[in-house]
Amino acid sequence: MPEGPAPVPVTQRLRVRYAKRGRLRFTSHRDISRAVERAVRRAGIPVAHSAGFTPHPKISYAGAAATGVASEAEYLEIGLTATRDPAWVRTALDEALPSGLDILDVVVARAGTSIADRLEASEWTIRLDGVAPDTAVEATEAFMAAAEVEVERLTKKGLRRFDARSAVSTCGIQPGESDRRGSDETAVPCVILRMVVRQTTPAVRPDDVLAGLRQVAGFAPPSPPLVTRLAQGPLNADTGELTDPLDPDRETEPPGGDATAGHGLASMPAGAVSADVVGAHP
Amino acid sequence: MPIESIFPRLEPLLPTVQKPIQYVGGELNSQVKDWDEAEVRWALMYPDAYEVGLPNQGVQILYEILNEREGVLAERTYSVWPDLEALMRKHAIPQFTVDAHRPVGAFDVLGVSFATELGYTNLLTALDLAGIPLRAADRTDEHPIVLAGGHAAFNPEPIADFLDAAVLGDGEQVALAITEVIREWRREGEPGGRDELLLRLAKSGGVYVPRFYDVSYLPDGRIQRVVPNRPGVPWRIVKHTVMDLDEWPYPKKPLVPLAETVHERFSVEIFRGCTRGCRFCQAGMITRPVRERSITTIGDMVETGLKESGIDEVGLLSLSSADHSEIGDIAKGLADRYEGTNTSLSLPSTRVDAFNITLANELSRGGRRSGLTFAPEGGSERMRKVINKMVTEDDLIRTVTTAYENGWRQVKLYFMCGLPTEEDEDVLAIAGMARRVIKAGREATGRRDIRCTVSIGGFVPKPHTPFQWAAQADHETVDRRLRALKDTLRRDREYGKSIGLRYHDGKPSIIEGLLSRGDRRVGDVIRAVWEAGGRFDGWSEHFSYERWAAAAETAFAEQPVDLAWYTTRERDEVEVLPWDHLDAGLDREWLWQDWQDAVDGTEVEDCRWTPCYDCGVCPTMDTEIQIGPTGKKLLPLTVVR
Ligand code: B12
Ligand code: SF4
Repeated sequence: MPEGPAPVPVTQRLRVRYAKRGRLRFTSHRDISRAVERAVRRAGIPVAHSAGFTPHPKISYAGAAATGVASEAEYLEIGLTATRDPAWVRTALDEALPSGLDILDVVVARAGTSIADRLEASEWTIRLDGVAPDTAVEATEAFMAAAEVEVERLTKKGLRRFDARSAVSTCGIQPGESDRRGSDETAVPCVILRMVVRQTTPAVRPDDVLAGLRQVAGFAPPSPPLVTRLAQGPLNADTGELTDPLDPDRETEPPGGDATAGHGLASMPAGAVSADVVGAHP
Repeated sequence: MPIESIFPRLEPLLPTVQKPIQYVGGELNSQVKDWDEAEVRWALMYPDAYEVGLPNQGVQILYEILNEREGVLAERTYSVWPDLEALMRKHAIPQFTVDAHRPVGAFDVLGVSFATELGYTNLLTALDLAGIPLRAADRTDEHPIVLAGGHAAFNPEPIADFLDAAVLGDGEQVALAITEVIREWRREGEPGGRDELLLRLAKSGGVYVPRFYDVSYLPDGRIQRVVPNRPGVPWRIVKHTVMDLDEWPYPKKPLVPLAETVHERFSVEIFRGCTRGCRFCQAGMITRPVRERSITTIGDMVETGLKESGIDEVGLLSLSSADHSEIGDIAKGLADRYEGTNTSLSLPSTRVDAFNITLANELSRGGRRSGLTFAPEGGSERMRKVINKMVTEDDLIRTVTTAYENGWRQVKLYFMCGLPTEEDEDVLAIAGMARRVIKAGREATGRRDIRCTVSIGGFVPKPHTPFQWAAQADHETVDRRLRALKDTLRRDREYGKSIGLRYHDGKPSIIEGLLSRGDRRVGDVIRAVWEAGGRFDGWSEHFSYERWAAAAETAFAEQPVDLAWYTTRERDEVEVLPWDHLDAGLDREWLWQDWQDAVDGTEVEDCRWTPCYDCGVCPTMDTEIQIGPTGKKLLPLTVVR
């Protein structure tokens, strides 16, 4: 039996920040990986493949947001068989993806580092339609005042009980504007919960925090939450804020990449949305 | 008037349903056109779940062709799963398109593609959710024209009550023609309303409008006759045939879904039609004559399709792909062109000969050789003569031996059970054949790890085939024969473990038989099943034979007909068949003769390679066989790596 052809080695690794917006928040992780693989081919990006008879493109993902959750800060890494200007990859890949899966930033990976290690925490917003601000403030205050809030979640291994409180480092409320209308055509009340949650095991997800709010304050929003991840990255213990996880890659000259173009892009903020979000804590 | 998107109302429901991504649209190459600028608006539906419907080529082709036209807009809609259906009813959300989430009821035409009859109940769900009256007679000028196409539309009688119109055959040109009729009628100020529009369509001769035909019955239940009830409406409605496939190289920009679908590849049709003459195959009969796409157009389509989609698998599609006059050059040309690009090529061919293996070897160059499929269809030599599948057991053994020698480890063999004149021994012969396959494979390779999977489908007699007169085997008989086959294989110590057997029980085939050869009276059964909750009948977890049988029992209580009358009853030559006024071009006398030849085991050749045997299609439809070779070769492209 013939062996499969030997794979071409990886010569450049790129780290990519992308967003999952609007209707496309309903994509699952599998949907996204299929879409990215196809977009990479469409864009003509020289992606490396694994060995064997069914070679897989070398694309890996770090901490993907769940189906139904929108995100401004998802990360993936691509291995290339030839070096490409990250700025070009950013545009080409973005054009090849359906709109709603948007490429925000591409940098050359710093050798020997892992992006997953840098994703210490996530910043989330949860939009809740039909909730009055007062009730929400009360619930979050009660939650943050508690030392521990045990919640349950059905996982693949069965029902699990864990603390949803300690992973939450900040949690606040801001008034929002709903695009939904009540029966009398006036906008329904709406609040936005904003929180920073540390990456722990088991992971505490926004819906776990909502379960916690229900537990401590009987908080029960009338419609499904609209969850958005605004940022992921290293957590600054002093400020309680997240920093850009791609910054460490920008610190050194990217090996093998087009240094000028790579830096031109890298020095810009990763995307308008995240730039103002990172500092904006309640 | 602008039509509002229902998405804001749908969105809050999506987090609670299965696979919400299937309802949001936004596929690569999908389009949203301005509502108000369009004069004619089509909603195209594949009446099954998104994961099955999205890959459908027919819908993708029509979607692209219609949207290319100025002033014409086309969007797509699929069946929603029962979980979302319940929520939509609760929140009064109508059936919507996935492109711009517009309500289906607001379109001018709802074009539904029926590859199989098992989508009929799903049609009713969609109509009901859309707020379109189920019965065509109850619709007003505000409602879309509900139009059926696809293979099942060659006998649309069971759903005639629910349809305004149906189209037979290739849709490319006729969809545009219908559009023009509507546009003109609209520009004239819609004179005579819906009735006038339907009449104009009917008079064109290429659109069947069931309401303009009256069906009368004999006391014993058979049809007496079918007559037009309006002046100017033709007695027969003819099918459409696209003669030059090179002029219609669609889809150019295949839709690339975000959701996972059942058919994850980019397909290029390499020809239409098939004249091998398998007597059970409706597709082969109704798509005659053979029309090839040229090697160069195929090459271009593969290239643009891959570029536009980013998909890494190409399928060369047709009813018998290895029969393209230049398939060798196509396979080699594509294999050369895409070597080293991680693009995989596939050819759904089931031909039983060594050439098939040469092709498969070419296409899987450098890749793993896992499985090959052959379709002898009948277990015994006699049975294969009846169905006109001209393969001998020795041919098959020679072919699979070559396959095993070439590194293939697994072959799949397709058969049917319940064929006309079939006896128990014909089905048991399948076991003998499978045993010989394994034995020959072991001898040829000296290995024990070779396998063979036997896959068996229940035979359903279809309209416009020589078997349209045949009695369908009852499900008890089919089940008994399959059980006997299974027992025989299980008892075989020497080879049994290397042979896999896959089959379904015989009951669903009976219902498919009712829907395939039914007449207008079957509409009541479909409606009753739907009212009793029948949905997604192509899915075994949703299908209920009992529900269908009970509905038939009630609906036919006062009639001289029943489920068996429609299925297991043999028809005679003079009986008026429900689809006799629908013309696929086949000469009724030729079909009858072919049925008689079948019973006698007399075979018929393929008219591509032997003289025309007057099946009737070419003269009736003014068409002719279009095959190569063109002598051209595929040029190597500079593929961007
Ligand atoms: C790819 C394929 C599949 C794929 C993809 C299915 C899909 N969603 O399209 C898969 C593997 C999933 C599949 C499944 C099945 N398939 Co299939 N499939 C095919 C295949 C190989 C190609 C279909 C195709 O793309 N044709 C090309 C397109 C362009 O043709 P088209 O869809 O008919 O559309 C044209 C016209 O019909 C017309 N038209 C169609 N719709 C409409 C609508 C309107 C309004 C108008 C105006 C015109 C119009 O215009 C189009 C352009 O000319 C065909 C064989 C073949 N070569 O045709 C079998 C075939 C269609 N399948 C068949 C069957 C039986 C099935 C299954 C029922 C098998 C099973 N028992 O499970 C299922 C049913 C799936 C379902 N629930 O719908 C049979 C149909 C039998 C028949 N009556 O002729 C065929 C013909 C194979 C055969 N030889 O028996 N199938
Ligand atoms: S009319 Fe003759 S040539 Fe044409 S499809 Fe029939 S048998 Fe073949």
